[in-house]
Amino acid sequence: MLVQFSAARISSGISLGIWDVGFGAWDLTDLSVEIGSLRLQNPLIAASGCFGYGVEYTDAVDLSTLGGVAVKGLFLKEREGHPPERIVETPSGMLNAIGLQGIGVHRFIREKLPELRRLRATVIFNICGSTLDEYVELARILSDADGVAALELNISCPNIKEGGITFGCSLHGTFDVVSAVKKVTSLPIIPKLTPNVTDVASFARASEDAGADAVSLVNTFLAMAIDIETRRPKLSNIVGGLSGPAIRPIAVRMVYECRRAVKIPVIGMGGIASARDALEFIIAGATAVQVGTANFVDPFIWPKLLGGIDDYMRRHNVARIADLVGTIDTTAREKQWISS
Amino acid sequence: MFDLFAISQDRIKELTKYTPISMLVDVEARVIRNTRLSSDYNVIALAAPDIAAAIQPGQFVMVKSGRGPLLRRPFSVFEVVRSNGRIEGLTLLSKRIGVTTTMLFDAVEGDTFSCLGPLGRPFETVDPPAEAWMVAGGVGLAPFATLGDALLARGTKTTLFYGARSGAELFYLDWFTSRGIRLVLATEDGSIGEQARITVPLERELRDIESRIPNPESRRDVMIYACGPEPMLEAVANVAGTFKRPSQLSVERVMGCGMGGCYSCVIPVRDHGAGSERTRPTQHYVRSCIAGPVFRGEDLLWD
Repeated sequence: MLVQFSAARISSGISLGIWDVGFGAWDLTDLSVEIGSLRLQNPLIAASGCFGYGVEYTDAVDLSTLGGVAVKGLFLKEREGHPPERIVETPSGMLNAIGLQGIGVHRFIREKLPELRRLRATVIFNICGSTLDEYVELARILSDADGVAALELNISCPNIKEGGITFGCSLHGTFDVVSAVKKVTSLPIIPKLTPNVTDVASFARASEDAGADAVSLVNTFLAMAIDIETRRPKLSNIVGGLSGPAIRPIAVRMVYECRRAVKIPVIGMGGIASARDALEFIIAGATAVQVGTANFVDPFIWPKLLGGIDDYMRRHNVARIADLVGTIDTTAREKQWISS
Repeated sequence: MFDLFAISQDRIKELTKYTPISMLVDVEARVIRNTRLSSDYNVIALAAPDIAAAIQPGQFVMVKSGRGPLLRRPFSVFEVVRSNGRIEGLTLLSKRIGVTTTMLFDAVEGDTFSCLGPLGRPFETVDPPAEAWMVAGGVGLAPFATLGDALLARGTKTTLFYGARSGAELFYLDWFTSRGIRLVLATEDGSIGEQARITVPLERELRDIESRIPNPESRRDVMIYACGPEPMLEAVANVAGTFKRPSQLSVERVMGCGMGGCYSCVIPVRDHGAGSERTRPTQHYVRSCIAGPVFRGEDLLWD
């Protein structure tokens, strides 16, 4: 990737189709990463629930230049979601309880997928289910759909009562969902893990044992906010999920723990708002990263993130981003720890 | 005219589908000037010429201070600022309520605010012989300067019904009258205009037309535009419905992104489902950022 050229494109804020141009081998950085059988051209994925169905953002970003687009989580059927208020801002973050409003898988395939194909987006479909059968049924339907690159299993949404997080909070439930879906599809399967458990690494392990191709984490932290004047909860759902920079250090720690627990790729997310943040996750062990809340703040963030990562790689002589994954150096600290 | 319960599935689809934005810009906009209108209200001019050049009446921008809250906040564009014939930027009419509006109130020349837009579905203008009646409540005046200009440019006779708590909170009255926009004022304390909610004179004038001209065919068309607190919008929609007049309402919901990404700013609209039975309509949530912020009054349900 030619940095001089990319800088010009980045300042224009329109496109990141920067590696299409001719370049010499000496100034090439390889941003591609592998998630199971899926090769992403770069490690940046738009996080599910924070990017609509992707088509909403085409005026801000060329979807074909993203590593992937994790579309808003969908059930088999349409869902209305929770009544407003659905979000509230908190220090360095936000709470949401959207309630998975969505158009259902059939309308998605009919109305959104052709457009995403045309835009050459790498679509990661986020599957939500109330029952094990619903996950399986969705996986079957999507395996036959043209233009779906991978399946992210939403077993971690904190805002709905039925299904979802009940699977994600039980090791058996996680194992069962992943292995059931694995049986009916050849698409890469990425269970999205909840941080609302004591030991997230054990859920990564259960996912790996069940045949997952990768795990993604973290979904939001269950949280709440109260209006002290009215003594009413600020969200209609009373509780919601916390995202944004406020959760980043916890998410980095959880990615680090999962990386040490499993061999499959870990996709990290939680409050990433800059290239530095993304690199922190990658060094902690994330093969790819997802960006959610920051996209709300700045829909033009993507080329800035990619430019920053590329700049870092050149400064540190890292030719392939994949070589940076999990390179956190804890040796000195461990020695200090032992000697003290 | 229209039937309150006859919103088709097609209309729902039209409401929920993504509105393409022709030219989206994010600019770190310098404050050109900041005029305080009262202890709470201010008009801030921002150097965002590309957005100002593209903006249509009723559209909004998402504003953020680098030192302020994490998320942006939505603002209707108030005026397009021109200097020597060139578009220099835009203004926002703001009322100090939260952190971002306080920063806008306190801002001085040279400060910057990140400004993303144009966003949202604009008002549809009407042509003569139809008349335009704009109904503003408080800071809901914001979209009516650009809409008023657009209507006058089409030669459409335009009236502004403008209500506030007191006369001290009625702004830009000369701005509107000097352009030939008729003003009807109401305040809650009666300090200027009628002591009433603004929907009272609105309803009276609609009734006047009805009693003066018994034959509906002979009455001139009136398009009602409204922006203000939701109870006012609901009242305007009801009055418009009673007199079988079309309305376009600009709503404001708690918004996360302004782009259709987060699904937080939803508002319920009527949805008949698959059947065409005249049963009680069920509701359907649409994103007010991309399906709105301007909605037809008859489409909205009130929660």
